[in-house]
Amino acid sequence: MQTVLSIAIDALAYGMVLFVISIGLSVTMGLMRVVNLAHGAFAMIGGYIASYAARDLGIGYGFAVLLAVFGTVIIAVPIERLLYRRIYGAPELTQVLMTIGITFCIIGIANYVFGPTLKTVPLPGELQGSVDLGFRAIAVHRLFAIVCGLAVAAGLWYAIERTAFGVKLRASVDNAAMAAALGVRTEIVYAVSFAVAVGLAAFGGVVGAELLPVEPYYALRYMVTFLVVVSVGGAGSIPGALIACLLLGAIDTTGRYLMPEFGEFFFYLAVIAIICVFPRGLAGRAKG
Amino acid sequence: MKRVILAAVAALAMSGAAYADTIKIGVVGPFSGPFALQGKNFKAGIDAYMALNGSKVGDDDIEIIYRDVPQADPAQAKALAQELVVKEGVQYLAGFYFTPDAMAVTPLLTQANVPLVIMNAATSAIVTKSPLVVRTSFTTWQTSTPIAKVAKDAGVSKVISVVSDYGPGVDAENAFKAGFEAAGGQVVEAIRMPLATNDFSPIMQRIKDSGAEGVFAFLPSGPTTLGFVKAFKENGLKDGGIKFFAPGDLTQESDLPALGEAALGIQTTFHYAVSHDSPENKAFVEAAGKAIGNPAELSFPSVGAYDGMHVIYKMIEATGGEQDAAKAVEAVKGLSWTSPRGPVTIDPESRHITQNIYLREVAKADDGTYYNKEIQTFEKQGDPGLAALK
Repeated sequence: MQTVLSIAIDALAYGMVLFVISIGLSVTMGLMRVVNLAHGAFAMIGGYIASYAARDLGIGYGFAVLLAVFGTVIIAVPIERLLYRRIYGAPELTQVLMTIGITFCIIGIANYVFGPTLKTVPLPGELQGSVDLGFRAIAVHRLFAIVCGLAVAAGLWYAIERTAFGVKLRASVDNAAMAAALGVRTEIVYAVSFAVAVGLAAFGGVVGAELLPVEPYYALRYMVTFLVVVSVGGAGSIPGALIACLLLGAIDTTGRYLMPEFGEFFFYLAVIAIICVFPRGLAGRAKG
Repeated sequence: MKRVILAAVAALAMSGAAYADTIKIGVVGPFSGPFALQGKNFKAGIDAYMALNGSKVGDDDIEIIYRDVPQADPAQAKALAQELVVKEGVQYLAGFYFTPDAMAVTPLLTQANVPLVIMNAATSAIVTKSPLVVRTSFTTWQTSTPIAKVAKDAGVSKVISVVSDYGPGVDAENAFKAGFEAAGGQVVEAIRMPLATNDFSPIMQRIKDSGAEGVFAFLPSGPTTLGFVKAFKENGLKDGGIKFFAPGDLTQESDLPALGEAALGIQTTFHYAVSHDSPENKAFVEAAGKAIGNPAELSFPSVGAYDGMHVIYKMIEATGGEQDAAKAVEAVKGLSWTSPRGPVTIDPESRHITQNIYLREVAKADDGTYYNKEIQTFEKQGDPGLAALK
């Protein structure tokens, strides 16, 4: 019983870290219809900024996180204006080629500027160490990641489903021409959503840095996992992404505990099974 | 008249003999991509050797030609080696970070009349593939066997082995098992994890449930090692008194700033620590640190490359700059010298390096940086992996 509980906690923690990083990708792919393979690169930039701010400049953790999120957005906005704007509505292949190109550029720059070694984001005293849950110890930063994940999920859901901006966003996505005709400034809507998605990537990169350490190849190393989460959850759906993360986290963690030799066999088996049953993901919407 | 012609011919012949050749050495390694740091270390070791010993052997100039294989890619490694031999006319091949790359090149050596000096690739079997292979690095068997004795001496009799599921990981698992069982210990469970594991918490749970008193681990350096070592601490295993044993790949110097606190006190066995206390190593670290730019990036492939260059220089001396691979290899069999890592010998039979293996512990220096502190020496260790092959 202890073991089961223990695995459940690990699964929850891993799932939430995945969620925080992947949800931004779900927004770009689902709501903006851009296959953004540079998502991992933006998460990495966030991690680098936080690491530099907290470790080399000695800035507090909370402020370093803010700096990472806004710093990454500031870097990303010109990229959106100059490059991404050209590929909205373009065929997927064009989008993939351009965003993978951006990823390689960012990897090269990161390697040049920060070097090839691992970078960590030093945690403040409150997030270090472990708490004893009675039956096992768990790192405090894992609990922090779980809380962050829930907060992001709730905040995003509210913004998209319950605010005026959310209405405009969904309208622009479903029918950009009609939304524009009704007075929605779709360009601004897109720019803001892109900024939010990138900010979330950076936030995830920082919060998840303990699990997925920051180094130049971060941008590609974990991209497959992020894409899997989005396609299983259904692009653009927040509850879908949440369920996908928890489900995949549980399957991955249990598989690793019971039969580590099989590697990611169970993970991908589950992915194949889910995609067969739900081709658009667990909560995917039909193409509008 | 006859005399004049004779004199002229003689003069020409003499000047021909004294004419300085350029001897080319082709170095294949990962100079870009995720393993670029290791390639950088190759280059730093080679540059350091040439800075300290000159870029000439006798009258011959030495020229290094680098070729990049970013990730283990046997086909590309073979193609590049061929190109180096045929187009560039290299007399020596060297480098090779990954075992499959080195294996792919061994069939070319005899026909090309070129010796291969391996500066890293650590699978025992490579030296058996061609009589023209000499290795100046280490093997996973060589560095993993002494830690078994360390574990037993620490009073641990039940150990769980946890390795990444790839060639070197399996080598480490077998080496540790053989050494530990010979010492009278018991490996209660052997887990092989996929290479792409990010979250090690379930593995930590497995270790806890196995009831072992110690864990033997092997993972490739980089993000996975960091995750593993952190999980070990955060899941309460370190505080729970479970001992951690590993070969030194896990605590290579370039990873230590990131591992930091979490790695403190971890004991590993390895052939080289940048902190090794000897005049040879001081000179080496200074020269190699200058060559690599940032001395914090210096780690073990640099010393393999440095000693590889030493072997090649001796080969060139022995052959007088002529291309004769068999003679060159013959000349370095049994060669002994003092390397930055300590006294070493090229074993005449296996052509692998016999060296001291050190037990080290991750410690914190006065200036707040972390380093591998050598605490025990296992002298003149050969490669037990070759015996296991037979």
